Amino acid sequence: MLQLNKYYNLNKNIFSSPDLEANRVGFGVALKDVGKTNKDVVALCCDLTESTRIIEFAKAYPERFFEIGVAEQNLAGIAAGMALTGKIPFMASYAAFSPGRNFDQIRVSIAYSNTNVKIIGAHAGVTVGPDGATHQMLEDVALMRTLPNMTVIVPADFDQAYAATVAATSFVGPVYIRLAREKTPKITTSTTPFTIGKANVYAKGRDVTIIANGPMVYEALVAAEALEKQKINVEVIDCHSVKPLDAQTILTSVAKTGAVVTAEEAQVTGGLGGAVAELLGEHMPVPLKRIGVLDRFGESGEPAELMKAFHLTAHDIQLAVHEVIARKNR
Amino acid sequence: MNNPFNYSTPMLKKTAHAIRVDLIKALAHAGSGHSGGPLGLADCVAAVYFYGASIDPHNPHHPDRDRIIFSAGHYSPVIYATLAHAGYVSINHFINDYRMFGGCLDGHPNFKTPGIETASGPLGQGTSQAAGMAAAAKLDKKEWRVWLFMSDGEQQEGQVQEAAMWMGFRKLDNVIAILDANNMQIDGHVSNVLGEKWIEDNYRNYGWYIITIDGNDMKQIMRAIDEAKEVRGKPTLIIARTVPGKGVKFMENDYHWHGKPPVGKEVTEALDDLGKEVN
Ligand SMILES: Cc1ncc(C[n+]2csc(CCOP(=O)(O)OP(=O)(O)O)c2C)c(N)n1
Ligand SMILES: [Mg+2]
Repeated sequence: MLQLNKYYNLNKNIFSSPDLEANRVGFGVALKDVGKTNKDVVALCCDLTESTRIIEFAKAYPERFFEIGVAEQNLAGIAAGMALTGKIPFMASYAAFSPGRNFDQIRVSIAYSNTNVKIIGAHAGVTVGPDGATHQMLEDVALMRTLPNMTVIVPADFDQAYAATVAATSFVGPVYIRLAREKTPKITTSTTPFTIGKANVYAKGRDVTIIANGPMVYEALVAAEALEKQKINVEVIDCHSVKPLDAQTILTSVAKTGAVVTAEEAQVTGGLGGAVAELLGEHMPVPLKRIGVLDRFGESGEPAELMKAFHLTAHDIQLAVHEVIARKNR
Repeated sequence: MNNPFNYSTPMLKKTAHAIRVDLIKALAHAGSGHSGGPLGLADCVAAVYFYGASIDPHNPHHPDRDRIIFSAGHYSPVIYATLAHAGYVSINHFINDYRMFGGCLDGHPNFKTPGIETASGPLGQGTSQAAGMAAAAKLDKKEWRVWLFMSDGEQQEGQVQEAAMWMGFRKLDNVIAILDANNMQIDGHVSNVLGEKWIEDNYRNYGWYIITIDGNDMKQIMRAIDEAKEVRGKPTLIIARTVPGKGVKFMENDYHWHGKPPVGKEVTEALDDLGKEVN
């Protein structure tokens, strides 16, 4: 049995039948909660109020909700203007359109000006499913990660999205939070610690380090559990903050294991895989295999079907672990 | 809060002239930058800073100040020259350090400069930020206004239309926008590139109150500012028809002067022209 780090107080039934909930729902509930105590919080949305879950806030505090219409460039600018006036704006749309459509506005009005705007990119990744490639945003992490002043968070599940939203509210500066549409297993609980920039080590191991974020953290844990039965001892790191990257936690782990697999539901180029490769390349070159989307666009399909087709499953992570261990031992 | 200068018409004319002279000097010293638009808009910018807006140059972050937004950042010569004359930065610093490494007066505006409210350069971005500020002011029941300078080429940006539509729909009457209708952009006359009649029509359709003036006539500018301040229930657009390159004969109405500074003999000629203008 994989030993889970008690410090994180993870869900007891991760490996039996975990409850399912979309992380965007965690965001929606959290925004409503922070809006209750913090009157500076305002919310803006581009005609996607229901699916981005901004609706919770909009219903509770209609005077602090701003419908922008289908205009994502305007969304980013208005949010920046409100931040310059002392507000804490949460601006939400699908990641395909924000930051997909409005990168220039995010770059200048938000990142360069260091305005206190929180950008919610919903429905990211291939698991958007049948809508197809146009709506399956895979490049958002890379786009946001290259911007100075920007913080980039990819929550693993419902409770972590809640925690990330709370943390982003009190954090001063631009934050990008990436959310998925699908219901995914609940791994964390309401008492799981969360600090921006601090990776969570859910399982300690000595043979290999798996660094994952978003819904791929669950796949990583399932892979680690299966590998444990094959006598391969895995360290599992939930790297929810792609930027700032927790270099210390990663390097400490890799110094011990000497082999790494990354796992994410985004382009590995510029994504978590890219970030980890940059870090290791410079400081600690070891065998590395990156699981994620490999320089291709998405396509229509059911989420589970797409995860398989794009090699984003626990099984794919297991194969990658075997590969890096073999390379390490060569 | 009030305007701390509250200049008379002759004082405003004199100040606009000094702004033109100094921006030519700074451009000449920098060896790069935009001449045409900034010269044309100097009268309007001077009128806002020295007559219309509630500001405090000694306390640029005063919470009740009006926000003055320049959406087209290439107008930085006239912006900085005006900030210098208003006391936000020194005139020497402007003339000697404009566009220089290590200074606080980059080619396009940003927060290094006291008095600057938004970074700009990519056209259109100031419009939405102005909208956000105005909406936030309404939410907080604040009295201050947003003054938004825009260019005519910039109207072609989708973001400008998005923002104008939103401000009109939300009846943000704390916004006074001033459009530099100089009929100039990089590739030629705005009227030839994409037409210009639709600009006014669009704002009217978006629910704006519209005032059209000669943007180089100080009396008309002052009257338009007074009128705009009385408007309720609508944002106001002042369409200021200006002469790009105003005051420097060889630059006037020639779009080739959109993005370059005078060099060599052109500098003395430009300053001579401006000298004649004042006499
Ligand atoms: C988003 C964006 N696209 C292109 C440019 C390049 N550009 C700078 S000024 C300008 C001309 C626009 O015309 P206008 O703003 O009316 O300038 P004027 O010639 O009147 O000074 C262009 C295309 C830019 N700064 N931003
Ligand atoms: Mg123009």
